[in-house]
Amino acid sequence: MDTLHADLLLTAPELLMAVGGMVVLMFGVFAAQKRPGIVNALAIVLFAATAFLIWRQPAGVLATAFAEAFVVNDFTRFAKLLVLLGAALSILISTRFFEREKIARFEFAPLMIFATLGMLMMISAGGLISLYVGLELQSLALYVLAAFNRDSVKATEAGLKYFVLGALSSCLLLYGSSLIYGFAGTVQFDGIQVVVDGGRNLGVLIGIVFILAGLAFKVSAVPFHMWTPDVYEGAPTPVTAFFAGAPKVAAIALLLRVLFDALPHAAADWRQIVTFISIASMALGAFAAIGQTNIKRLMAYSSIGNIGYALVGVAAGTEQGISSVLIFMAIYVVMTAGVFVCILAMRRVDGPTEKIEDLSGLMGSRPLLALCWIILLFSYVGLPPLPGFFGKYYVFGAAVEQGMWPLAVIGILTSVVAAYYYVRIVMLIINGAPPEKPFEPTMGGELRVVLGGTMLFSAAMIIVPGILVGWAGIAAAALIK
Amino acid sequence: MADFLTEYLAIILFLGISAALGLVLLVLPFVVAPVNPDAEKLSAYECGFNAFDDARMKFDVRFYLVSILFIIFDLEVAFLFPWAITLGDIGLFGFWSMMVFLGILTIGFIYEWKKGALEWE
Amino acid sequence: MLIAIAFYLFAAITIAAAVMVVASRNPVHSVLFLILAFFSAAGLFMLAGAEFLALILIVVYVGAVAVLFLFVVMMLDIDIAELRQGVLDYVPLGALIGIIMLIEISMALGVWAFAPEAGGAVASPWPDAVSKITNTEAIGHVLYSQFIYVFQASGLVLLVAMIGAIVLTLRDRPGVRRQSVAAQVGRRREDGVELKDVKPGQGL
Repeated sequence: MDTLHADLLLTAPELLMAVGGMVVLMFGVFAAQKRPGIVNALAIVLFAATAFLIWRQPAGVLATAFAEAFVVNDFTRFAKLLVLLGAALSILISTRFFEREKIARFEFAPLMIFATLGMLMMISAGGLISLYVGLELQSLALYVLAAFNRDSVKATEAGLKYFVLGALSSCLLLYGSSLIYGFAGTVQFDGIQVVVDGGRNLGVLIGIVFILAGLAFKVSAVPFHMWTPDVYEGAPTPVTAFFAGAPKVAAIALLLRVLFDALPHAAADWRQIVTFISIASMALGAFAAIGQTNIKRLMAYSSIGNIGYALVGVAAGTEQGISSVLIFMAIYVVMTAGVFVCILAMRRVDGPTEKIEDLSGLMGSRPLLALCWIILLFSYVGLPPLPGFFGKYYVFGAAVEQGMWPLAVIGILTSVVAAYYYVRIVMLIINGAPPEKPFEPTMGGELRVVLGGTMLFSAAMIIVPGILVGWAGIAAAALIK
Repeated sequence: MADFLTEYLAIILFLGISAALGLVLLVLPFVVAPVNPDAEKLSAYECGFNAFDDARMKFDVRFYLVSILFIIFDLEVAFLFPWAITLGDIGLFGFWSMMVFLGILTIGFIYEWKKGALEWE
Repeated sequence: MLIAIAFYLFAAITIAAAVMVVASRNPVHSVLFLILAFFSAAGLFMLAGAEFLALILIVVYVGAVAVLFLFVVMMLDIDIAELRQGVLDYVPLGALIGIIMLIEISMALGVWAFAPEAGGAVASPWPDAVSKITNTEAIGHVLYSQFIYVFQASGLVLLVAMIGAIVLTLRDRPGVRRQSVAAQVGRRREDGVELKDVKPGQGL
């Protein structure tokens, strides 16, 4: 039973999340059916406690639990902290929105907790089975969250679309897993690593293709992106903020784990595929966003493009590439949280609005909010010295290091195209005619806190970028053994 | 591998015979029964009338809720079979493993109960 | 020989039923064909030696999932025939994708080989003539101890499924009078019976 004790100790953060999720559910149903705000606050406390436990886990070692189904190292710790940050921010900005839209229910917090738990399990998966179970736990909760506003036709449609396509992608993933298991005789990543060395078997190659297709769906990379704009538009805005942040980090981390822990010797095979979906995502993200009039749809295409940039680092396939992906995702999560706070602040007396044209003339009516918008949008463009620049700089740098010039050039070109629509919004904010119906003059305290935090993070990235870069470097070193 | 399959031979035979019998009984009337329809025979009889509307109508969504909750507990039971026959070998650890699993689902059950999902009205 | 016949029979029924699921006009018939497909797939599992899976497939899918599907089909008040209007336009595209998948799979299986190291990685006693253990036992030996992590995680997945189903479908119906057993049992004689002392000759 000593091993059991050690196993439980290693999985303590996830255990805390699981037990905490059930406690929160019971508390909600017994004591707080009409007060979802308290349940949300409890969930944030739970996230903080879990993050603390992960923080306290021993650094610099690789540990496994439960017959290697669960893996902890510096990489998983970094990615998990990032996921917890993204999830906690989304809960924080959700409470008031749901209450004002009169769709607040206490189940939101337990579902968010279980979705996040699924992400933590994905990141720590030690084999194909634990990967799949974690992924399903996450996805199932996300499908429900997408349709959380069940009286809205759009939200229901979003949930249904997400569910049907998500189930299809899970099938692809499972089929690929079964091919790889059939070849290797084991589902453990380290066992697969020993057996699979690329080019030896067509079945394995097809297995890798299917697994990558399944994961590409989860990160909404082209050509598996179709669900993204509809789901982003239909889901309630705080849920969209969640979708754009934490699950993307978890899925990218999982992709890195699968590629570098299980299939490092097949790198020649998967690199082509990753390069292709990276280029396709960057291009589609840049060009399809141009015609959008709805800010949430625009963010959907923007996230597709950003995943394309992150995949540039994955395609590089080096330690530097991994650390650049982690830096990029960290910046992306914080920036996205900031942008969605700004979107939540787009609220007039008669309700929230999502039209880009409503931002017109914001500089005149709400200068501070407008300034935040401009900083965040320029950061998305990748304008130095804003954080978004660092993300792209490191990602492209890693690609160039590996002699992948064309990839970096395409990345920069698509960034220029993307800059067009970001800058157009900035021009609208500064020069546009003032709106007939202005936004509400105030925004909630928690929105101010998150937006302020985003700005502080941006400032910190400009002054001391070394901290994040250092952490990402340590995390990346743990993945390349 | 074929050893245990012979135990299923009886079932296969049973399935085959019942399928054949059913098919025969379906087909036979076409062959032997006299069929000479006319308009009056095929129309609705006396005070009967043609259907006003499609017989399909919307079911209440609560049926769906009940059946999905049933499926979840059905799956739970599926996990119990291998547990029950190997309990002697897997010992206390296996026993408590299942108890934790059941505990998780009991939480869900309490939630359902408190929400009133199990009540009709 | 008998096994080969049974295999081709089950396989043919599975494919035919699957085609009919897509092709039949009446959605209820589709569901019934789906049940047939599940059933013959269970037969295939049985032939492959996976007894437990075969029977679970029947218990869970035929017993429960198919019933759920029937409810869903009946719940949706849609005219499928109308919905199917444009379906034929997609047949060439669907067939193309299907053929590509088929070629892919046959390419994969045509040159299939197990890695030489694969045999050594088998995790638990295999149900064969030597070990004399059944399929179900082989699963039971590893599921609750070695795979306890994914076992408990699947418990959580089921929990989320419960929460999700209730969140999405359960509605409060105000003004519905429910039976309250506690109130019924807790009712005392004094609550319901009132004795009036009626003076003789007065009436009420």
